[in-house]
Amino acid sequence: MERIIFYILALIMIVFAIKAVSSRKMLRSVIYLLFVLMGIAGIYFLVDYTFLAAVQLAVYAGGVIVLIIFSVLLVHHIELQLDEATLKSRISAIVLSLVGGGLTLFTIWTYQFSPVENYKAIEVADIGRGLLSYGDGGFILPFEVISVLLVAVMIGAIVIAKGKRLEQ
Amino acid sequence: MIQGISIYEILTLTSIIFFIGLYGFLTRKNLITMLLSIELIFNASAINFVVINKYLFPENLQGVFFAIFIIAVAAAEAALAIAIIINLYKLITSVEVKDTETMKY
Repeated sequence: MERIIFYILALIMIVFAIKAVSSRKMLRSVIYLLFVLMGIAGIYFLVDYTFLAAVQLAVYAGGVIVLIIFSVLLVHHIELQLDEATLKSRISAIVLSLVGGGLTLFTIWTYQFSPVENYKAIEVADIGRGLLSYGDGGFILPFEVISVLLVAVMIGAIVIAKGKRLEQ
Repeated sequence: MIQGISIYEILTLTSIIFFIGLYGFLTRKNLITMLLSIELIFNASAINFVVINKYLFPENLQGVFFAIFIIAVAAAEAALAIAIIINLYKLITSVEVKDTETMKY
């Protein structure tokens, strides 16, 4: 059962990822990206990391995609089609991606992973304790740095987006 | 871990998504669509962290923390990039890469 769900999710994600990078309507490619992100949340659900899946759905599907949709609506005419890359640059990009992907897949498939059998779900309390502990394996410092980063980004985004017009 | 699915299959899926994102980043000529490709790359690497944590080191939670940090940094990066893009549109009324030389000062 999980196997079938995984393959359906994988198919959906790959098809919509290809459509997201090749569609010539900008708003459509954002929506295709939304499907890919939801598929990724599905993968997180399958490996029993439900908190991460919820974060993925809330932050990406709820936050980032809406932000990008708004910016598309602000800066782009809907009926306009995007410029297509020249055939030469597309072919070189495909070759580069295929070579890189082939190398990565070859490395992955020849490496001997030794997975540990486990089906236990983690609790949100464990994640919270890990994030806030300053003992061994605790993540309190990155957590604080991330919160400072978020404040800095918030102020920076406001200051930058206010901007000035060229004629002023 | 997912019943009947080995780590190789998931890593194959994430590699494919990563290189689709790379292809999009190389071929797109528009700032917002390039940002979309970067989001694909970020997400593929976040799944890798989570899956390697789940399959190889299930007693630790490091991969989950890194995935959370990747999501936070990616959200911050998207907000900042969109602020820059909107400001750029105000300046030159275009978000194409070929028109963006005004940023260089």
